[in-house]
Amino acid sequence: MSIKLEHVNYIYSAGTAYEKQALKDVSLEILPGQFVGVIGHTGSGKSTLIQHLNGLVKANSGVIYYNGENIYADGYDMKSLRGQVGLVFQYPEHQLFEEDVLSDVCFGPKNQGLSKEDCEKRAFEALELVGFPEKYYHQSPFELSGGQKRRAAIAGVLAMKPKVLVLDEPTAGLDPAGRDDILDQVKYLHDQTGITVVLVSHSMEDIARYVERIIVMNRGEKMFDGTPKEVFAHYEELEQVGLAAPQVTYVMHDLKARGIPVDTTATTVEEAAEEICRALKR
Amino acid sequence: MEMIRASELVYEYEQRDDEGNVVGMNRALDEIELDVRPGQFVVILGHNGSGKSTLAKHMNAILVPTGGTMWVNGRDTKDPRELMNVRQSAGMVFQNPDNQIIGTVVEEDVGFGPENLGVPTEEIWRRVEDGLRAVGMIEYRAHSPNKLSGGQKQRVAIAGVIAMEPECIVLDEPTAMLDPDGRKEVLRTVQELRKRKNVTVILITHYMEEAIDADAIYVMEGGRVVMQGTPREIFGRVDELKRYRLDVPQVTMLAEELRRRGLDIPRGILRREELVEAICRLS
Repeated sequence: MSIKLEHVNYIYSAGTAYEKQALKDVSLEILPGQFVGVIGHTGSGKSTLIQHLNGLVKANSGVIYYNGENIYADGYDMKSLRGQVGLVFQYPEHQLFEEDVLSDVCFGPKNQGLSKEDCEKRAFEALELVGFPEKYYHQSPFELSGGQKRRAAIAGVLAMKPKVLVLDEPTAGLDPAGRDDILDQVKYLHDQTGITVVLVSHSMEDIARYVERIIVMNRGEKMFDGTPKEVFAHYEELEQVGLAAPQVTYVMHDLKARGIPVDTTATTVEEAAEEICRALKR
Repeated sequence: MEMIRASELVYEYEQRDDEGNVVGMNRALDEIELDVRPGQFVVILGHNGSGKSTLAKHMNAILVPTGGTMWVNGRDTKDPRELMNVRQSAGMVFQNPDNQIIGTVVEEDVGFGPENLGVPTEEIWRRVEDGLRAVGMIEYRAHSPNKLSGGQKQRVAIAGVIAMEPECIVLDEPTAMLDPDGRKEVLRTVQELRKRKNVTVILITHYMEEAIDADAIYVMEGGRVVMQGTPREIFGRVDELKRYRLDVPQVTMLAEELRRRGLDIPRGILRREELVEAICRLS
């Protein structure tokens, strides 16, 4: 289920005073089963990038292949692509609208033309996958807590059985435990089902903890693409574009500068603790 | 005199069924005691639904207590005659910048507050200029707010509050929708205001890092204040915070993890330099 972008360019409001090139010659490939993080300053093009992944926004030039097929080719089944690449927008709970949670989650599969029984089966599976409590299935989505609303909204996308799940800042506005809950659940989903996950986040700490690969966007261009260790080693360049490394990475650099023989590539609390103990021979 | 003081503050609201019959009472705030002195920087933490926004709404009389008392700058918020004074003393900044900007031009938006207070026109212009300078947005005065970034919009919202010349600013998750740069921008603005104008700041946030410079932290849970102290005291109690669905700054977490592994690191470390210092002492 790879998604491959070749020399993708996208310009907003072309030909007007507000013309802005949101993507500049972006080439990348997302491989099946990968857990990829996308980071970038506001306006860096990361949201525009992910909206290309399911054909929601069409590139001005360049090609996108899904499973080797050009999605811009004549007669390409866009509807099926949108079922396979599920996009969860920012504040997805604003898109909840049905009378109860179950009907809301059924909406996607219903539009895919599935029978009522199949829709409900999909909905039950999806709600279970996101850890949504069964006692609220028949409650109005508007009476739920922030974290539960978001789970219900993510379930609505999962019920379409996508092969790729794209999440645009799924933890914005949640409290710390709510953030961990959602991301742990996504990780669990990834590990259980092998689904490809693309996660957009402003939290470098979260990104470092969950993803295997980071794509850094800056002014519409791909700036870095690599493992968290590789990308966060460029912490000074990241700062120049309004990003940063996780706090622990800075601690490691400070320690090294003070003459403690630590390897500076740690990006999580556990890695840092491990490395500090090793360097101090404890 | 305290800038904000709550004593035995209770806020209850009626729970109704589909027909509108009262079926019970919900207690959103339960016997809150709060003392904020002028010029202080106080942070309120708590998970979603813990009551912190409800408490914030009491600070400029959007809500008034159903039991106990809230005083803002010495004025009882329950007294309707004090409403305008209370609102002028404590300005609010909310989470979503798009919901609080109403003007079509930045300076018009900032002038809206003082205009409603009946401030003379010339004075309004002085305050607009002053407010926009304080948040570093003066060069955008003639721009449309629509084309600003989230951080810039929040700064305009703060300028609008400053233009009302309050003694106290209450910020309810002002950075929740912003990227790291936008967050820094807004927090720096708030801290500068505090220094230059000695404004009291009450910040409600989910980001633990934003709380480390506070004079005091209050932790809320189930409508009650369950922890209260300096950042060092509060963040030294990692397990307790986790029970309240909160967290500690990542540096504090690393210090805690090293302690667990037997290293002699003091509790309640908040800053990078402190941790580096503590580790260097061990080598």
